[in-house]
Amino acid sequence: MQGQVILFQLLNGIGIGMIYFLLSVGLTMIFGLMRFVNFAHGTLYLVGAYTAYSVSLLTGSMWWALAFGPLAAAVIALISERLILRHTYEMPHEAQILVTFALALIFQESIILIFDPLAKNVPVPSLLSGIVFIGSFVYPAYRLAVVFAAAVIAILLWFALERTRFGAALRAGSESTEMVSLLGINVQKVFMVAFLVGGGLAGLAGTLSAPLRGVEPFMGSEALGVAFVVVVVGGIGSFTGALLGGLLIGVVQSMASSLWPEGARLMIYGAMALVLLVRPAGLMGRS
Amino acid sequence: MKPLLEIADLQAWYGKSHVLHGVSLTLMPGETVALLGRNGVGKTTTLRSVMGLLSNLKGTLLFDGRSLMGMPTHAIASLGISLVPEHRGIFATLTVEENLKLAWRPSSRWDLASAWNMFPALEERRKTYAGKLSGGEQQMLAIARALMPGPRLLLLDEPTEGLAPVIVERLVATMRELKAAGLPILLVEQSLDVCRAIAERHVIIDEGRIVWSGDTQALEAADRIVREHLTLENA
Repeated sequence: MQGQVILFQLLNGIGIGMIYFLLSVGLTMIFGLMRFVNFAHGTLYLVGAYTAYSVSLLTGSMWWALAFGPLAAAVIALISERLILRHTYEMPHEAQILVTFALALIFQESIILIFDPLAKNVPVPSLLSGIVFIGSFVYPAYRLAVVFAAAVIAILLWFALERTRFGAALRAGSESTEMVSLLGINVQKVFMVAFLVGGGLAGLAGTLSAPLRGVEPFMGSEALGVAFVVVVVGGIGSFTGALLGGLLIGVVQSMASSLWPEGARLMIYGAMALVLLVRPAGLMGRS
Repeated sequence: MKPLLEIADLQAWYGKSHVLHGVSLTLMPGETVALLGRNGVGKTTTLRSVMGLLSNLKGTLLFDGRSLMGMPTHAIASLGISLVPEHRGIFATLTVEENLKLAWRPSSRWDLASAWNMFPALEERRKTYAGKLSGGEQQMLAIARALMPGPRLLLLDEPTEGLAPVIVERLVATMRELKAAGLPILLVEQSLDVCRAIAERHVIIDEGRIVWSGDTQALEAADRIVREHLTLENA
């Protein structure tokens, strides 16, 4: 590979990795907090992407799509948590997997019914459709904007987690939800907000990736697999782990896709296996 | 005077095993009561029942005349009952200060300054992760944290367990300070010395039932009861 190609793939990988971070951070928080296995998490990415597609089609503007994609996913996360998922917190993981897997299938099939099974393109926001020169190097403006936007969100999230009372309750809750409730904090509300924010971020990941890879009904299940890999690589329940894991998996996938395009997916799992050999609890995991 | 806490004929189950067989206990405003008993006779379960942590309960639980039965734990805590659980339950991945701030409420008469005042050792380590504290410091943090919401009743579950004698002395002094400040305490303890030093009334529980209660003087005289219901090692 030439230097330029490597740099190009590295930047692509960082962009994909930041999207993977947004996708996975909710999943890792929710598992860390409630030991809840959510197989419907990829659905929120799917909903974000299809909302972006529909809104950009209806309004002709990707900017509206950027607002509505995460919002739709957050609302669906909240409704499913209130109506269904909260009744499964006390159940064994197998039951949670069955219920959330069923939800994921229902959403996927509904999308096929409403739209069709074919992949569709989503336009890049007009303002960001150009290219950027970095020295003699040319790079799509939208991809850079994705990295920038995700980095801003990562910083905001970090502040919310480390510097607010809600963030402290969330971190404390991943150690013992019982002790958090003994301090007079309504843990159910903490769960609810975690679902809302985590769902919104997965929806944002879907929205941001829609112009890059288009939309199709099976992108949710694909995203779910990636999200679990990121969570395991980063260490369950860890915010920093989701960021590092997302970037690592994004870069591995991007590099592999130029070396061995057919095996790019496989390389993700290879990277996971390597990380687990060295650090069984993940990069930032507590054993 | 109306009791602050009234437990009457309380029965509790963990799954199918029946662990409390009718516990009755009252605590008056300003009073410190010690609940004594061997391991596994229902002391911790009694405290956990008050906090709404057991799903299967029967009987009466009144705090300030108000029934706690069926209330969620956070709501019971918000009424003004703080539990320092066995093994402290401090958040190891939060700093000392974060542990305290998380428990604070706007209505509280306690704040960080009063916590540092009572436990100067904690102020020196305010930015330290609580998991790095020694056992004694962790217990101080657990008590300080329980005070942050400004409770009207403090439940302490074996606060001196596993601590060195000098630390126990320090904790006893702290509990006496709290008592002098008028905070009612329900103390679960295995050490008779600690109970005598703090509580004015003692209640002995065995196999899920209250078998004896009386003041400190009566406890001194109740040799046979102590031998029968408390282990000799702790007497």
